[in-house]
Amino acid sequence: MVEKFIKIVSSAVPLPIENVDTDQIIPARFLKAVERKGFGDNLFRDWRYCKDGTPNPDFVLNNPRYTGSILVAGKNFGSGSSREHAAWSVYDYGFRVVVSSFFADIFKANVLNNGLLPIQVPEDFLANMFTTIENNPTAPFEVDLESQTIRNVTLSAEVRFDINPYKKKCLLKGYDDIDYLLSLKKEIEAFETAR
Amino acid sequence: MEPTTLFDKIWDAHVVNKIEGGPSVLYIDRHFIHEVTSPVAFSGLESRGLKVFRPQNTVATPDHNVPTIEQHLPIREELSRKQVETLTSNCERHDIPMYGLSHKWHGIVHIIGPELGITQPGMTIVCGDSHTSTHGAFGSIAFGIGTSEVEMVFASQCILQPKPKKMRINVEGELAKNVTSKDIALYVIAKITTSGGTGHFIEFAGSTIRSLSMEARMTLCNMSIECGARGGMIAPDETTFAYLKGREEAPKGADWDQKLAEWKKLETDQHAIFDTEYTFDAADITPMITYGTNPGMGVGVEGSIPDGDDLTGSDRATFLKSLQYMGFHPGEKLKGKKVDYVFIGSCTNGRIEDFRLFADYIKGKKKASWVTAWIVPGSKQVEKQIREEGLVEIMESAGFELRQPGCSACLAMNDDKIPAGKYAVSTSNRNFEGRQGPGARTMLASPLVAAASAINGVVTDPRD
Repeated sequence: MVEKFIKIVSSAVPLPIENVDTDQIIPARFLKAVERKGFGDNLFRDWRYCKDGTPNPDFVLNNPRYTGSILVAGKNFGSGSSREHAAWSVYDYGFRVVVSSFFADIFKANVLNNGLLPIQVPEDFLANMFTTIENNPTAPFEVDLESQTIRNVTLSAEVRFDINPYKKKCLLKGYDDIDYLLSLKKEIEAFETAR
Repeated sequence: MEPTTLFDKIWDAHVVNKIEGGPSVLYIDRHFIHEVTSPVAFSGLESRGLKVFRPQNTVATPDHNVPTIEQHLPIREELSRKQVETLTSNCERHDIPMYGLSHKWHGIVHIIGPELGITQPGMTIVCGDSHTSTHGAFGSIAFGIGTSEVEMVFASQCILQPKPKKMRINVEGELAKNVTSKDIALYVIAKITTSGGTGHFIEFAGSTIRSLSMEARMTLCNMSIECGARGGMIAPDETTFAYLKGREEAPKGADWDQKLAEWKKLETDQHAIFDTEYTFDAADITPMITYGTNPGMGVGVEGSIPDGDDLTGSDRATFLKSLQYMGFHPGEKLKGKKVDYVFIGSCTNGRIEDFRLFADYIKGKKKASWVTAWIVPGSKQVEKQIREEGLVEIMESAGFELRQPGCSACLAMNDDKIPAGKYAVSTSNRNFEGRQGPGARTMLASPLVAAASAINGVVTDPRD
């Protein structure tokens, strides 16, 4: 079961960097766990902490001005490795929505399988989000999955985002793909026999 | 009948069901697993009270975490050892064949699949690793998946996937001497950018591609994920069939004849439509090297880092941030830059042909004294071949030492980490910040550029 996602109103955390790859989201040396827990502690590890392990005051997650369950990132977010640990770390840290103007394919599939909503917005909408947050870190944004919209409340600007209708239903109801695939066992066996 | 692509033919033959307005239920022929992305999938499966549905279609090997020296000893690092032990016990419980560290077929998952003949034309192949795209070199649909999807395949031998768009990349003409398929890959990614293939599956075609060996094709398909594509594929031909024939898991006897007849039909029809198509001239490709922190930031090794003057806003900020990490300046020449480390290996360039190229270049020369070189075969079988062909002696007399198989410094999950601030010329696939160790500075290149740079201790054009 994944957690249901319906609607969120939250301030957002800005990360105006492009091509953020999964090695930045969670470096490979933190992939050694055999259980899915605690990955949020190492989200953006090498940007978030200095070499001596102290928090890097220049990194946005260490700036108390910025909070919220929406992460806003530059284009082509999540490129690179297929590690689902990247999705787990973003979710475990407390984010429920990631906004960018472009997502890498595998990362997008992985977050959707974990109750985290990837929202692809036009470049100008993204640029305005960054400006809005810079002017007021507590500026609210509304995300409504049912109507597939994200709203920049400050600017009264709203865009509709795409999501596969099947994935949308899964998120709204908290279903997961395995339950569905298990229900197809007979068809799968028939397919194997017919080949 | 409407002309269709190779991709469509294989995809359509594997669709069990299609969800209205949603993804397809795609049957998976081969599922490769390793120690890093499988444990959570096994525990998810077991918490539902399930067994692996088709263990005989699954193959396991530990590769990401393993040390590349003293593999006969227990793994010293506790967390790595635990991951490998967890894979072993999961495979035992679920009757999955596993080629562990002591097995003669052990190696990197994307090296052993093809070399054992497990990877075959027309198949659907997945693995919890983005470089699964490697297997597309045989004319199969092969792509990397996340751990939730690994669990889906465990549970049902199927995966839910929206059908990607189709791209064809044609490369025509003869490659110049000392230009390899790694250079084709880095050239194409530099042209179409690191996200240019996103949402697509690529078919590589054209006379240059047809002339490549199977190993060279694997290197190219391996790197297709680095332009954002789910995978890359090449239609099977006589080169493919000759490579496969006689391998352990390849069909034998009458089975072989029947399969061969099927494989020969696997090609894109004339006039089939691709969503996107590019054509490149092989004559424009020179030995490549990267200067930045994504694989699209590459230039000919004789060239200069772009000045970035045409970039504005966040594009320019990202470019400068990348150069700052690398300690480089816009417009600088790369040739002659000091090199501290050289890594030959990985699922990209860890096959016998790569070591032959390397050995051929360094023969009778000496490694620069300040360079630390890690020479890591992709599998036990590659290691054996290196020894049998006398390449070890060539390496040793040039000051190089052969290690044992694994992913090694490609992602530095084991002890093979490049220290902060040091420069590495690496035959692997990613130059992301910290990829080869925190603060490590990676320049991606072919085994030839890496060999030349190891000898001179500075970035070197192998044609010089």
